[in-house]
Amino acid sequence: MSAATPPENASQGRPYAVVGARHGKPDALDAMAGLAKYTDDIALPRMLHAKILRSPYAHARIRSIDTSLAEAMEGVHAVVVGAEMPTRYGVIPWTPDEQALAADKVRYVGDAVAAVAAVSEDVAIAACKRIVVDYELLTPLTTPEAALAHPENKIHEANKHGNVTKQVQLAFGDVDAQLARADLVIEGHYQFHGSTHGALEPHCAVAHVDGRGLLTVWSATQVPHYLHRELAKVLEIPTHKIRVIQPPVGGGFGGKSEPFDLEFVAAKLAIKTGRPVKCLYTREEVFLAHRGRHPFDMHYRTGFSADGRILGVDAKSILDGGAYSSFGLVTTYYSGQLLGSPYVFDSYRFDSTRVYTNKPACGPKRGHGSVQPRFAIEVQLDKAARALKIDPIALRRRNFIGENTTTINEFHIGSSGFLECLDLVEAASGWKERHGKLPRGRGLGVAGSTYISGTNYCIYPTDLPQSGVQICLDRSGRVRVFAGTSDIGQGSSTMIAVVAAEELGVHLEDVRVVAADSDLCPVDLGAYSSRITLMAGNACLNAARDLAGKVRQAVAQKWGCHKRDVILADRRAQRLDDPQVWMDITEAFVLAEIEFGTLGSTGSYQTPREDVHGEYRGGTIGASPAYSFTAHIAEVSVDEETGDVKVENIWCAHDCGRALSPVLVEGQIEGSVYMGFGETLMEHHHVMPSGLRTDGARRDSGPGKEGLLAHSSLLDYQMPTSLDTPNLFAGIVEKPDPRGPFGAKEAGEGPLHSVIPAICNAIFDACGVRVDALPVTPAKILAGLRAQRVGGA
Amino acid sequence: MLRLPPFVLHQPATLAEAIALLAQHAPDVRVISGGTDLVPNLKLGQTKVGHLVSARFLEELHGITRTATHLRIGAATGLHALAQDEDVREVLPALAYAASRIASPQIRNMGTLGGNISLDTRCRYINQTELWREALGGCLKSHGTECHVVPGGQGCVAALSADTVPPLIAYGAIAEMVSDTGVRRAPVADLFQQDGTWHVRIAREELLVAVEIPIPAPGTRVAYRKWSVRQSIDFPLVSLAVRLDTDGAALVGGSIVVSALGPRPRVLTLERLAGRPLDEALAQALGQMAYDRARPLPNIPYDAEYRRERMVIEIRRAVRVLIGLPEKPLMLQT
Repeated sequence: MSAATPPENASQGRPYAVVGARHGKPDALDAMAGLAKYTDDIALPRMLHAKILRSPYAHARIRSIDTSLAEAMEGVHAVVVGAEMPTRYGVIPWTPDEQALAADKVRYVGDAVAAVAAVSEDVAIAACKRIVVDYELLTPLTTPEAALAHPENKIHEANKHGNVTKQVQLAFGDVDAQLARADLVIEGHYQFHGSTHGALEPHCAVAHVDGRGLLTVWSATQVPHYLHRELAKVLEIPTHKIRVIQPPVGGGFGGKSEPFDLEFVAAKLAIKTGRPVKCLYTREEVFLAHRGRHPFDMHYRTGFSADGRILGVDAKSILDGGAYSSFGLVTTYYSGQLLGSPYVFDSYRFDSTRVYTNKPACGPKRGHGSVQPRFAIEVQLDKAARALKIDPIALRRRNFIGENTTTINEFHIGSSGFLECLDLVEAASGWKERHGKLPRGRGLGVAGSTYISGTNYCIYPTDLPQSGVQICLDRSGRVRVFAGTSDIGQGSSTMIAVVAAEELGVHLEDVRVVAADSDLCPVDLGAYSSRITLMAGNACLNAARDLAGKVRQAVAQKWGCHKRDVILADRRAQRLDDPQVWMDITEAFVLAEIEFGTLGSTGSYQTPREDVHGEYRGGTIGASPAYSFTAHIAEVSVDEETGDVKVENIWCAHDCGRALSPVLVEGQIEGSVYMGFGETLMEHHHVMPSGLRTDGARRDSGPGKEGLLAHSSLLDYQMPTSLDTPNLFAGIVEKPDPRGPFGAKEAGEGPLHSVIPAICNAIFDACGVRVDALPVTPAKILAGLRAQRVGGA
Repeated sequence: MLRLPPFVLHQPATLAEAIALLAQHAPDVRVISGGTDLVPNLKLGQTKVGHLVSARFLEELHGITRTATHLRIGAATGLHALAQDEDVREVLPALAYAASRIASPQIRNMGTLGGNISLDTRCRYINQTELWREALGGCLKSHGTECHVVPGGQGCVAALSADTVPPLIAYGAIAEMVSDTGVRRAPVADLFQQDGTWHVRIAREELLVAVEIPIPAPGTRVAYRKWSVRQSIDFPLVSLAVRLDTDGAALVGGSIVVSALGPRPRVLTLERLAGRPLDEALAQALGQMAYDRARPLPNIPYDAEYRRERMVIEIRRAVRVLIGLPEKPLMLQT
């Protein structure tokens, strides 16, 4: 922003009072002191505990289930099987391929087949062992290659095209002609391994039916509204007879973005027993529930002019979907749709195929579907910059798409601080002085990216608002905000409080946010797609401005001035033109309550409906009210004897429009960078494709290890520790977008994308090795160095 | 959360009481100290035992004492205390360093030296939940009959993963056990057998009381090297100690102790290299010796071939540091 125009609250003509201040989260201390009550902290009188019996087979038909021995056990109150909840559901309404418990088939090791409610977890576990399931074994398909090669062995019988869950082919412009006239065509094959979210809190649900017959479900979810809908559908209970409450959540990252077996199980068992029922996942169950980042196999051809302009991009991707669709339809679109910015593509074509496999289902993880293609394209750009002898930052600047423009796939870009992001990381890293001048073994790499601030179109077709907020004021001077938003640690409740406090002139701690309770709060669609700040923020802003207007009017009447001359800030109502004239905000609220009666307002947000998507099938997916922009520079050192890569520094600059809470934005940048760093070098949600045995013999002693997770604990799934984490620089760039509240865009997912290619590009800069198949391991580095020596490089 | 199965916890106040409890309940008994290995293994159903005898209140198992010739370290000495102890750091720096590299600060605060020596073996096919092992069909250490690491293998090859064991062996440590039949002393090097289902040659009736380590001669230098993916928490993927006995100018003897292979560490003695000068060639020779005689298996995670290569690099680096050369060689650059 320019220094000449200080940021200001335009509706009141005064500087910001709360927006942009370096506050923390009002609820942070509760979490830190152990006072926050997570779902597992709920203990209700007479509560039972549920455990879920899971399949040891990756692919099998269920012939029969005998629960009689389990039911006969002392302490067992009820058993439930799939036939009791046969309705198929799925978070995407077009692909309902899941059942609460598998009724006919199991499709991965860990698929749920039955559940027990008992007086304790121990009894429930023992009872699960007494359930006899007769399986007919089917050949497991654990790689996309195998699943595509055997369309007759359908993982889902109802699926139309063998094991293909979705194919998207979209073309914009004449790619073949552009590649033919290109001065340089870079062709690359990239593999993105799978990774999972690693939220600290395991999934947990508690259900209870009260005397009125109201079913209440508490769940560690990030989408209480979708859970509400799917509970109604599967349990065949109208939504008004169900209440969904989301207690504080210990992290989601996309891993709690859809309903899971445990919520249906807890609810069904609560209905069957008439007692409260809790179901808590083990860490292994969290890994099995998964819905993490899809493994991608990507083939890219990118054409460039001699001066480094991108002429055409031809991308082909195979997505390893796992056993269920989850968000896969959207993931398949995102694998291509979100690549059209921040660079201009003269022509673009992508062909993405998502395949069912007998593994835990993949879904959305921070940067849903677009982190993998971003890795590919940003390495492609680096290769081109090398070949054309253009500075990699200069090459990116040269291809910048600009502001207030439209991408080749017809998405509207509003504000963009991409160039400022590049400038910031270039300066912070000392790129100009250091790039190309570092000793061998040390290198710098750059990459850039973009992300959505919510999607213009809801998961289910509707003209209803995406977000609603209700605000009440009263004579206490306190502001109560009721919002359906899901705070999963990202600070959405803080964001709501910031917006309300800014407009109503109170301090952050004067705002009580009641969130994510379907009986108390208006609907918000949930914490996904980086949508809450823009959408719920706007809804809250609308409601707060409405109320602030009433308060200002009441005060103006008292002072005999115009409403516009009254500002609300810092717990005061004040004359804009005479700061000596003021009253306590409580007094102002009292005046308003006298004047207007009980003070309340509502605000809602619906995405703009004019010209907001591409005019083609799928053109709604990826369309967002506003896009964020990010640039990363990574600095690495490579030990050429061991192959160790040490990431020394990562500089990230992120354009979030307006940082409503700079401390929280920095936290999101740091968390994103850390997460992307872990995926690059350590983490791997790895499912064993087949045994080490080479004779191909089927073992008789047991089910065999095909389809087993290589890790089912946080010891074996290696997320970086504080000792592994590089120095992080989190830089905020503010390019306010008129569609965001106070200009704000997203900050929670965008800053992850380009960290991965930045690290890979830095590795090449350090030692000349390209690792195009993630994760980067010392063995791959050594193999690359050996190839270099053989090649005489 | 994984559930802890029921067991009887005994908390004897005296050594005699503890020995009696062990004798009474053997073989269905284990000693528990910090519990940082035993408790997770109980939760996974990997270890099944009815009685636990706590070492916490047994005075004889605590403390570090130094004599003119030895250091005696009580088996219940905490790993953090061991890593921080001034005598240990001065006299047995490789042991202090190994202790400091175990797991995380929280686990080092709970875990003990005796517990680390008795650490169960590890394997990607055993350190898993019951569902997982059922899906696998079991293995030699679980409920099955098949080894998934060595096709057709008849003996369990799960890996000894205790960080302190290589330096203890390299320093020539002696373990002291007591039972109702008396005191038994054995070199730590002899405490392990080639059976991953249970590799520690300490009987269920026996209680590991202490280790005694001779103070090394001035010409003796020991280094411990660990490689793991992360800098904290992880068990070693490569774990080894190098001991060089020198007269200041040339090698007199020593050993290489490589762990994280199978159930037993591999000890390579260096006497036949006596007289070799302390130079880069020695580092290369010791690396090659290990390469030829110690082969990591695909039992613990990570590519076994890379672990073998890494083992060699770590040995070379250990030797270089011990003889005063830079740890990393000047890179071979064209």
